Amino acid sequence: MIWKTIKVNFHRLGSPPTFYRLAEVLAPWLWGGFAVCAAIGLYQALYVVPPDYQQSDSFRILYIHVPSAWQAMAGYVVMTILAVIALVWRIRTVEIMAMAGAPIGAAFTFICLATGSLWGRPMWGTWWAWDARLTSMLVLLFIYLGIMGLYAAFEDRRKGARVACILILVGIVNIPIIHFSVEWWTTLHQGATIRLFSGESTLHESMMPPLVWMTIAVKLMFGAALLDRARNDLLDQDRRKGWVQSRLGETA
Amino acid sequence: MIVRSMSALIARDLRLAIRHGGESLMPLIFLFSVIILIPLGVGPGPNLLAAIAPGMIWVAALLASLLALENLFRPDLDDGTLEQWWVGQCPAGALVVARLFSHWLITAVPVIVFAPLAAQMLYLPAEALPVLVLSLLIGTPILSLVGGLAAALTLGTNRGSVLLSILVFPLIVPVLIFATGAVSAAADGMSARAHLGLLGALLILAITLVPLATSAALRLNIE
Repeated sequence: MIWKTIKVNFHRLGSPPTFYRLAEVLAPWLWGGFAVCAAIGLYQALYVVPPDYQQSDSFRILYIHVPSAWQAMAGYVVMTILAVIALVWRIRTVEIMAMAGAPIGAAFTFICLATGSLWGRPMWGTWWAWDARLTSMLVLLFIYLGIMGLYAAFEDRRKGARVACILILVGIVNIPIIHFSVEWWTTLHQGATIRLFSGESTLHESMMPPLVWMTIAVKLMFGAALLDRARNDLLDQDRRKGWVQSRLGETA
Repeated sequence: MIVRSMSALIARDLRLAIRHGGESLMPLIFLFSVIILIPLGVGPGPNLLAAIAPGMIWVAALLASLLALENLFRPDLDDGTLEQWWVGQCPAGALVVARLFSHWLITAVPVIVFAPLAAQMLYLPAEALPVLVLSLLIGTPILSLVGGLAAALTLGTNRGSVLLSILVFPLIVPVLIFATGAVSAAADGMSARAHLGLLGALLILAITLVPLATSAALRLNIE
């Protein structure tokens, strides 16, 4: 019985007005959660955590760099799952969600590359190195841009979304490459410091809490931005349809 | 049945390419204009040229492969042939593979044949030549496969060409890295087997998975 209710409600999400209403309710909560977590995380990162004995204060950029790098990759995985659902069941709201992820993922990838570059200049003595981690991250940025470009190039938005979903599926091969690049090749970029499953993390525990807060904050922000973008796209595509007209009529 | 349809398609593509004459020479003209311009651009020092030779030949092969992508499926889409691929008895995926194979024959094989000559013009050590040819033999089919996928994805758009290169570029980065790595290793007197092995793995991955994605993309675009 409960299963049936869940199933029915899940199917209802395929309907644009229902999805729109849910996203409208959910997004502010996610934004709020993001604000709280980011405030705690940034405060701890900037004031509480002691300076590193070698890098002094410049290591603090990791609290932006690492969560955005994780989110750039996690966002792609989310988009891949959405793309599979979109291609198999042809649910329009899911197609729109998958497409909404690309600009956000691209932004996080760019933030990751930019902060890494700013940190690399004083620490490595160079803005950029053509090592495997940096290159594969750059490739991820271009894959994101390719997805956005492909989606935008079609006149028929649904067709564009479906074709771009195929590209998402192909591009997933890059994600394990990014993840393992620091193990497979000798890179200037350091190896993994944080380990969830295998062995101990090598980051000092006093530096850990802000990282956790910032990671949660960034995840919530991704969700919030995803819902907002999807909502906008939906509104734009359906602007001549009845449900949008009646909604806009209500608020105006 | 399948083999007959595939070989008919390949024969037709080759015949068209030969009758177009000048167009099918494009990859070669491209390769040699790059190879001739490089020494003029960076200076004729043998050491420098030998060091950049693998990358230059590979980039030329890559761009030559890109040149012909725009019209890989478009004429067939315009005259309605592409739709017949899904109506006919031969599985469309097989025809996609055949089309990609003829693309490889037309754009890559001339480059592979003349690559040793181009390499000599850039002073690449002779012992690296077999590895260069081998890396091209393994790597260029991946270029055709990935390029075909990009062509299929952009088929329904009007401004395909810019988008096409943006889509191809990130996906062929590993090919370029391993292929030029193999040639450079051989030129330095080291074993190229690891690089070539990885390149072969990429080829197997591409051959098994990419035609599926390409067919799916074509199918979406003719709907």
